[in-house]
Amino acid sequence: MHEMAVTQSIFSTVLDYAEKNDASRVLKVNLKIGKITGVVGDCVKFYFEVMSKGTLAEGARLEIEEVVTKARCYSCGQEFEIKDNFDLVCPNCSNFGAEILSGKELFIESIEIERNLVENQNRAD
Amino acid sequence: MEIKILESVLERNNKIAAENAKTFKENGVFVLNLMASPGAGKTSFIIKTIQGMQGSFKLGVIEGDIASKVDAEKVQETGVPVIQINTGGACHLDSIMIQKALPHFDLKNLDLLIIENVGNLVCPAEFILGENLKVIILSVPEGDDKPLKYPLMFSESDVIILNKIDLLGLTDFSLERVYQNIKGLRKDIKIFEVSCKTGDGIEDWLTWLKERIEEAM
Repeated sequence: MHEMAVTQSIFSTVLDYAEKNDASRVLKVNLKIGKITGVVGDCVKFYFEVMSKGTLAEGARLEIEEVVTKARCYSCGQEFEIKDNFDLVCPNCSNFGAEILSGKELFIESIEIERNLVENQNRAD
Repeated sequence: MEIKILESVLERNNKIAAENAKTFKENGVFVLNLMASPGAGKTSFIIKTIQGMQGSFKLGVIEGDIASKVDAEKVQETGVPVIQINTGGACHLDSIMIQKALPHFDLKNLDLLIIENVGNLVCPAEFILGENLKVIILSVPEGDDKPLKYPLMFSESDVIILNKIDLLGLTDFSLERVYQNIKGLRKDIKIFEVSCKTGDGIEDWLTWLKERIEEAM
């Protein structure tokens, strides 16, 4: 639902870094999205494609690494992965309740760019 | 070539939220970010809170809605300054919208600002505004399973208001189950059982809130 705002934010950060680094084109954007954020990767890709038309980032590939939800049991301290059904029962001691450790990530890891040819030649000289 | 960024997607929102928080602190304003589903009773809860604090505290309200000023008009009847933000489709408020609304308030003359977020249990969880407390209202007719269905929202909040407890006997809602579901996510979270209709539990909430404000100021 909030993918539009999230993608807008990704897009402006990507463009910002691309321009700062004299990119002629952005080839790839590496993202990390935690499962619990509820941000749908396919929606982000779709919005990004629309927003990036006619910019340096047009045609860039979005690589999304999904971060699983991990939690630590409040009773015995066991760390375990929480699956899609969001079951908070500890697989070790069967008690209910755990502190969420990961899965809330939402960040841009890196971008891959192509630089202006002129720029490359200058460097070679 | 690869360029490392390692920046939160919400970096811009977070930065402006930090600026808002600084502005609030400098002016001695305590801020609540109130989140809930549509119809959970956010506006009624705000009005009850205003009625209980007016006189000893100077209040202001920001109403966030996709459209209309229905809520703002209701709150305005209490006499406190209200600003309506219509997001025009966006399903949450962000820190930039709040920053733009602030010049409409005389912040020096405010002790408590209540921000009513857009009715939604998904999106507002990600966007901090510069608030002191995130408050979630969960009402009895919505069901006791909501904390498990919207874990991010419930795990990010500071206090939970269980509203419409006067309807407890009319639904399958179980207080025991809801406590278990909430505490399963957040062991130490503060929970209040209230009814904005009968006024039950409001006094406890107000006492606790006043303590938090005094602590922060």
